[in-house]
Amino acid sequence: MDKFRMMFQFLQSNQESFMNGICGIMALASAQMYSSFEFTCPCLPEYNFAYGIGILLVPPIWFFMLGFVLNNNVSMLAEEWRRPIGKRRKDPTILRYMFCSITQRSMIAPAVWISVTLMDGKSFLCAFSINLDVQQFGNGSNHGLSEVALQRLLAKIPCKHIFDGEAVISREAASRYIRCISQAVGWIFLLLMTLLAFMVRAIRPCFTQAAFLKTKYWSHYIDIERKMFDETCTEHAKTFAKVCIQQYFESVSGEMHRFHGQHDDKDSDDEDDKRKSDEDKLLGIRAQDDMNKVLWNWHTCKPSLNLKKAEAQNGDATGHVEICMSGYTQQTQSPAKKPWVAYYSKV
Amino acid sequence: MDRLKLVLQYFQSNSESISNGICVLLALISVKLYTSFDFNCPCIPQYNKVYALGVMFVPPVILFFLGVMINRHTGVMMEEWLRPVGKRSKNPAVVKYLFSAMLQRALLAPMVWVLVTLLDGKCFVCAFSMSVDPRHFTGLPNNTGLDLVRIMAKVPCKEDAVFQNSTFRKAVSRYVRCYSQAIGWSILLLLILLGALARVLKPCFDHATFLQTRYWSNYLDIEQKLFDETCVLHARDFARKCVEQFFEGMQEDVHLRLPLAPARTRAPRTEADEETEDRLHGITRQEQVNRLLHTWYECRPELDVSRVAPQPRVCVTWEDRDGRVLFSDV
Repeated sequence: MDKFRMMFQFLQSNQESFMNGICGIMALASAQMYSSFEFTCPCLPEYNFAYGIGILLVPPIWFFMLGFVLNNNVSMLAEEWRRPIGKRRKDPTILRYMFCSITQRSMIAPAVWISVTLMDGKSFLCAFSINLDVQQFGNGSNHGLSEVALQRLLAKIPCKHIFDGEAVISREAASRYIRCISQAVGWIFLLLMTLLAFMVRAIRPCFTQAAFLKTKYWSHYIDIERKMFDETCTEHAKTFAKVCIQQYFESVSGEMHRFHGQHDDKDSDDEDDKRKSDEDKLLGIRAQDDMNKVLWNWHTCKPSLNLKKAEAQNGDATGHVEICMSGYTQQTQSPAKKPWVAYYSKV
Repeated sequence: MDRLKLVLQYFQSNSESISNGICVLLALISVKLYTSFDFNCPCIPQYNKVYALGVMFVPPVILFFLGVMINRHTGVMMEEWLRPVGKRSKNPAVVKYLFSAMLQRALLAPMVWVLVTLLDGKCFVCAFSMSVDPRHFTGLPNNTGLDLVRIMAKVPCKEDAVFQNSTFRKAVSRYVRCYSQAIGWSILLLLILLGALARVLKPCFDHATFLQTRYWSNYLDIEQKLFDETCVLHARDFARKCVEQFFEGMQEDVHLRLPLAPARTRAPRTEADEETEDRLHGITRQEQVNRLLHTWYECRPELDVSRVAPQPRVCVTWEDRDGRVLFSDV
């Protein structure tokens, strides 16, 4: 149980390992889909080739696109590509890195499908049975069939139950031969893919390792930043809703049920804590327009990668904060302190 | 059991995950339903097509409506669309977003059924075996006395006596099945291309507005859930208070009437009492509850929590023994 939990947590820990998990699941799904898919060769000269090669190539394209659809990084990539510059520069190497990593992951499930199909051999048999040389596999030297009839017969080779030309050609021998070629092609394909992956992995560090580290860091950063922003927005929405509903109830009842000084200290501390944490969670955004501004500026004018130092508590932070963007230009001043309570002594 | 709890916890972490989880579950149910469904082609010329196309299209419609009903967002969307404006302006983009999210999720299970049907091929063979030209295939049984259409209609039925020891049936079956699979894969390819394009191109158009729309849709969902929870909690405390006061009311005649200061006859307010009062938020009567629920729909409060409700000032009046006012805040 603990192992399961650890694995789950690990997979969720960052987007990349989560994507690796999805990738693995898709590869397994592709193998499973092949085995549950009923391969039905039409056994007709005009359609065999199209069907055989179609089954070999169309599902891999489908799996490749599925990899793009399921990968959250795709929308992140598109967003980073299309956002206005704002206060943050754009780095094309990051975009390239993200695109490469998405493509690499999406290629795994198609590669699995193609290997499994080639190893199994049915699609090759279906596609290429008409190209067989009758001389090699013929049972008798003279079959006396016309071209068309011969083609029809050859096309029926993949279909055990329909084949009726045992006198002319040995179906078993022909099947084995084509299947054997198919498996050879399959193994060569696997070897090529592995070599390619090896080259990419092993040789890349020889070039631009330092730049690569920088790119990897910033692309992880963008991913994490996006996730944190979404989480913060969700937390904010929860607190906003809670406070909104509370104020609504109080407004309908017409009474404020909280008075100064009628609680003992412990209660007021708890309440203050709760109110304070609600205040913190609202992060100063308390109205619809403000929230819309926040969300608008997040895309159109992303903040710069420059964290400011925390200002002194009672310092004179009278600087102007500029929020730049079309349609939402505003200059806010830091709020002037207003007295809201004054105690007078009658002594 | 623990594993299941963990998976459930992960999915409950946000509302979107729950909807996605339910959506996938419905799709798996649809696959399971198809595999356990016993497909019985009638093999009669007039009924083949109706039966097969019925099996291919009626369950998806049922699954679609089921998907719409199960989705939480349907209720949120309908409420947001139909409510009066009240103090909160309506944003049609939010309604559209919720509608499209709901539609996408509801369409998954029906599409899965249709695609599994096509990839399997039985429905197609049943529906279209009569449209095949038998001249392309050898071995047509011609000694049965039946006409061509009837013979072709019997192709989907393996056990029929007409086709014993004949490769004709298998050849025609394969041919139609192959068509069915090709159509299935083409639809799959088209759908996935659309999906991939949508994913890649969406951030190119109006992404900032999309962020806003997504936030407010999420907000509406959370608000509705929180409101329901608050009402349930309120009802519980209301009920408890009501019952307590009823019991106390039964004891009224036991109250002692002594010339004590009024503060002393009141039962000491315990912490639990104060907590309950807080949760009641001042709503303590039936008319108030009714008014609250009515106004929530008719006149939704505005999205602004920056106002601070005016705190009543505590005014003190000092009186001496004879009732003369020594000092007063009033």
